[in-house]
This record gives sequence, structure tokens and C-alpha cells, in this order.
Amino acid sequence: MPTTYLEAIREGIWEEMERDENVFLLGEDIGVYGGAFKITAGMLERFGERRVVDTPISESAIVGAAIGASFNGLRPVAEIQFADFISCAFDQIVNFAAKCRYRWNAPVPIVVRAPSGGGIHGGPFHSQNPEAWFVHTPGLKVICPATAYDAKGLIKAAIRDDDPCIFFEHKALYRRIKEEIPKGDYTVPIGKARVFREGSDLSIITYGAMVYEADEAANQLAGEGISVEIVDLRTVLPIDEETILESVRKTSKVIVLHEATLTGGVGAEIAARITEKAFDSLDGPVVRIAAPDVPVPYSPPLEEAFLPNAAKIVEKARWLLNY
Amino acid sequence: MAAVNRATSITLQEAADSSEQAELARRFLYHMSLMREVEDRIERKLYRQGKILGGVYVGRGQEAICVGAGMAAKPDDMLYPCHRDLGLYFIRGVHPRQVFAQYMGRVGGLTKGRDGNMHMGDLNLRIVAIISAMAASIPVAAGSAFALKYKGTKDIAFVFFGDGATSRGDWHEGINLAAVQRLPLVLICNNNQYAYSTPLEKQMACANVADRGPGYGIPAEIVDGNDVFAVYNAALRAAEHARRGLGPYMIECKTFRMTGHSAHDSGSYVPAHLWKEWEAKDPIRRLETLMLERSWADRATIDEMNAGIRAEVDAAIEWAEKSPYPDPATLTQGVYAE
Repeated sequence: MPTTYLEAIREGIWEEMERDENVFLLGEDIGVYGGAFKITAGMLERFGERRVVDTPISESAIVGAAIGASFNGLRPVAEIQFADFISCAFDQIVNFAAKCRYRWNAPVPIVVRAPSGGGIHGGPFHSQNPEAWFVHTPGLKVICPATAYDAKGLIKAAIRDDDPCIFFEHKALYRRIKEEIPKGDYTVPIGKARVFREGSDLSIITYGAMVYEADEAANQLAGEGISVEIVDLRTVLPIDEETILESVRKTSKVIVLHEATLTGGVGAEIAARITEKAFDSLDGPVVRIAAPDVPVPYSPPLEEAFLPNAAKIVEKARWLLNY
Repeated sequence: MAAVNRATSITLQEAADSSEQAELARRFLYHMSLMREVEDRIERKLYRQGKILGGVYVGRGQEAICVGAGMAAKPDDMLYPCHRDLGLYFIRGVHPRQVFAQYMGRVGGLTKGRDGNMHMGDLNLRIVAIISAMAASIPVAAGSAFALKYKGTKDIAFVFFGDGATSRGDWHEGINLAAVQRLPLVLICNNNQYAYSTPLEKQMACANVADRGPGYGIPAEIVDGNDVFAVYNAALRAAEHARRGLGPYMIECKTFRMTGHSAHDSGSYVPAHLWKEWEAKDPIRRLETLMLERSWADRATIDEMNAGIRAEVDAAIEWAEKSPYPDPATLTQGVYAE
């Protein structure tokens, strides 16, 4: 039976809770209610109040307490109810968690989970993709899985990782994405991209929910005889530069795509690296496709105009192919 | 609802005359005097000689707080110092030479030159490095307390902060979380009445930091922060409360910052009478006077101890100055597990 993206994350956390007594969960409404998206459903009943901790509405204290608990041997998995609220914990993440190892050799093995992304009519405060803020912070790892397989393997890898990991789960994928995944233990390495779809004419470098928009665009272009390669980054910090450059050298034309807004986004970093390191392989400019630089709007026509989609990708791809 | 306990149950004057008290007093005096000497050298010599380039924040006049509370902590308790609590490091076995090397940015410092001044910690000594954003340590210390309880130990966490830190959201979030979860956390406020140039009345509208304890459903008491026995005894009460599983406990230590905010700040905004008033309450002089009155020590013994500290500090500075600067080739190492 296929497993949803949501169920895959839940399964990964559950298995890690079973495996390691030091893993515990904290966050808002994660216990009795099972989490706003039901990722932690049933965990209170299985693991008890000691290990599934309902907290006050205090994102900074949630992340801060996770950091402190990690100093004393625990492996906290903190849930930020919506990624939009992660800014309330910004200082704890970027100044406390991220810098401890470098400053005084204190590891901070925590996971901060944050449901992110638009397409659910959540409006400006329930739709954001704030990964770029954290990509700009040395010491963090930032993970954005697109598939159920990766979601499970990466949440398990993040829980076992010795550095602070920010784990962005795309809300629009929770119940939409289903696939057969292995039962039981496996991990996916943090910092490794994978080629989601092989192709030879054009590369699309992307992650998260945009992998599927890219795939749909690739299907349309395939009908015109155009072969698109899709690189799913899976982790946006550290960035798997090798896999990106390998794809660029193969296709010579590249689109960098993300759902987060354009300016200062992860795409800018990737485009810069491509021009620095694979300039001679390029047959056209590195094209960025991202949401425009506005807050995420609520009303459906506005949100649709905001989000990158297959049609927008196809249009840019044609332009680039004709360059 | 818990009430604020305004009594200090044991003061210097009430301290029992016993050899145990005398021994405790000697240890207090050693740590307080060592802290004073180390910080005097840092602030008044090395900084002015240009041998320390970054920020210098000292605990002059506040030594009784970190020393009194630090001595009440057990070795396995977690300590979260603020930036005027140098005595905690010495109590946990950090050597003065490591502190000088830290301030000078040398590899002999606890952070090997990666951070400066009081931003230092050592998980093996169960002492956690502060970050510059005040009160960020409160929820982190609550997390330590959570883990200590989770693992079924009787160990607790101590977190130190100033009056200014109580205005930050982290302070409130951290205390509230600790209170709701009944975590074994001792909260120690050094209310030195100034946050940089901002006096207490512009920091908060209530009279005491401790008045906020009942708002979180936790006990809070006020002690004379320049009376090391009062701080010590309050910290023991707080620790007992926390160890018994009754949750957090707050102690507000009334004191005064006998310097500017940092070495570059003369504190010109402080009314002159306050310096005079608080100079007379100097915690080290007070402890010495008590010890002499009670015949716990004579002048010669104290002078001898101070001479020993000066010699120790001289040697520590010499060691630190010989400690190399970090190799720039190591710049990018240690950001992640390697």
C-alpha cells in the first residue's frame, strides 16, 4: 500500500522514537491533538507525556529548550506548527543553535520541523517558504524533501545527525504525494541531491513541491521532443554542488526553480555557483523561476499568480531553449 | 499562587559561628577575590594596554551572587552564567590562565579565539556559554532542566541573568515553559539596577523582578546580593525546591554594577551618590569584615591569600600572553561535525 508524504514523516519519527529513548518531541498541540497536521497522531498514546510534550505557544522556548535538552544527551524533535512562525524562534536557531559547535565545541543535535509552503489558501502567515533565511546561517542544515521516500529517510537522518537540522515539510505534499516505500529502517544522506528525472536538453534544479511542477512541465515538453532533467536537491544547506554542476555540464541550459520568493533566494546562490564553476558549459543564461517578491496572498487567483507552476516553467523553458 | 518571600532567612550577621561556616567563608572569599583580581587586571590593565581588543564586561561588586549560588550548586548541576558571573568558571575548575587567553583571543582560551570575553563554556564542566542576546539562555537552561528530569537524575540547572534580560521575550517564554513543566530550574537574577545606561525604572514598571514570579506560579524571593551567605542560603533553598520536583524557583539578588556597562563606558549616567552608597556595601569587604569579627580568619591570613591570588594571576597572564593566536587556516573548521 502506498505511503503518503505525511505518513512517511510520521513513520520515520515513530521508528526513531522506538529506536532511541533519547528522542523526544516538543511543540504546540502535538500530544493530545496529534499535531495540527496529525504528524504526531498516536505518539502520546504510545510514548507518553514524558516524550511527547505539549508546550505553551512559545516558539523561542520550544527551540531553546530543544537546544538545552540536547546538551544533556537528548535528541529533541521540535515542531513549529507552521513554518511561518519559525521567525519567532529565529534568535535561538541562528544565534544559539547554529553557533555553539564553532564557538565552544558544543554539538546541538536538534531537529526543528516546520510545515511550509503555499497552495493551500493559507494566506500570508500559513504559506511561507522561509528556507533562505536559514541557508544564510553557517552551522545549520536545511532539508526540504519532495518525496515520501526522502521524507522518511531524511527525517531519520536528521534525528541522528549531530548538527541542528531545520526540516521543512511541504504542506501541499502531505496527502497528495503517495508512493511505495520500504517498511522499516533506512536513511537518506543529508546534503545529497538526486536526479529525479533524467534528460539531456535542459536542467531544472529545484526542491520541495516544485519538483512536481517541474515534472509536469517536463511531461509537456517531452511531447515536443524536449528532454528535461530534474535535479531534486533534497537538502538546500549544504548544497550538493557536484550533482548540480554535473547536470549543467550535461545539458548546458539550466533553470533554477523554487516556490520561495526570488530575491536573495536559494536560487540566487545556485545560479551564482553555476556561473562561477560551469560558465564554459552554459549555452544560455541561468534562468531563475520563483515566486515574485510579495507576501503570499490569500485569494485563489492571487495565490495562483504567485506560485510558480508548470505553465510558467514551460514558457521560460521554451525561451531558454531558443536562446 | 506563590508569594514573593521578602525575607532573607540567614544574613551575614546571623551566620552561625562554626568551623564549617568559617571554611565556607574562606572558599567564598577566595573565589570572590580571585574573580575581582582577574577582572581588575582585564578591565584596568590589559584592556587599557591594548592587549584585549574586544568587549570587557565585569562583575565588579556582584561577586557574591555567582560565588554564593555557584557554591550551592552540585558538580553535576548545569550552570548557565550571564556575562558578569566569572566566579562560576573558577568554581567549576576553569583556570584563570584560560580566561586571560580567552580575552586575548588565544588558543589557550576556552573557545580557542573563536569567541571572546565571557562567551565561554565547557560541556564537560557542565557550564554553558552565553550568547549576546540577553535571556536567550533561559529557555535553553529550561531544556537542560527538562533533560535532567527526563533522565531521572536529581541534578538541576541554574541560570543567571540581569535585570535588563527580564524585558526580553525569551525570559518570559522560558520561565513559563519551565513553570508549566515543573522543571528543576533555579533562576538567579543579579539586579544591578542598570542595563547599559538604562536604569531599572525604564526597564520595568514593577518594583522587583521577583514580583513576577507569582505571575508564573513559581516562588520567588529577594536577597541582599552583596551578602554571599544570603545568596548561598537562598540558592540552597531554591535548589532543594527544584530537586524535590517542585519546579522552578527565582531569586532576585539586589546589587549594583560597580563599573560602566563595559570597559569603554565610564558609567557617567550613574548618579555619584549611588557609587558611594554601594562602594560601602562591597561584598568582598563585607565578607572580610565578618570573617575578622568572627575570628574565622585574621588579617595576615587574608593578606596572604590575596598575595597568593596576585601571584597566581601574574603567572596566568604570562601563560596567556605566550599562548599562540589561532591559525587562520583553521577558520572554516568545526562549523559542522567532521
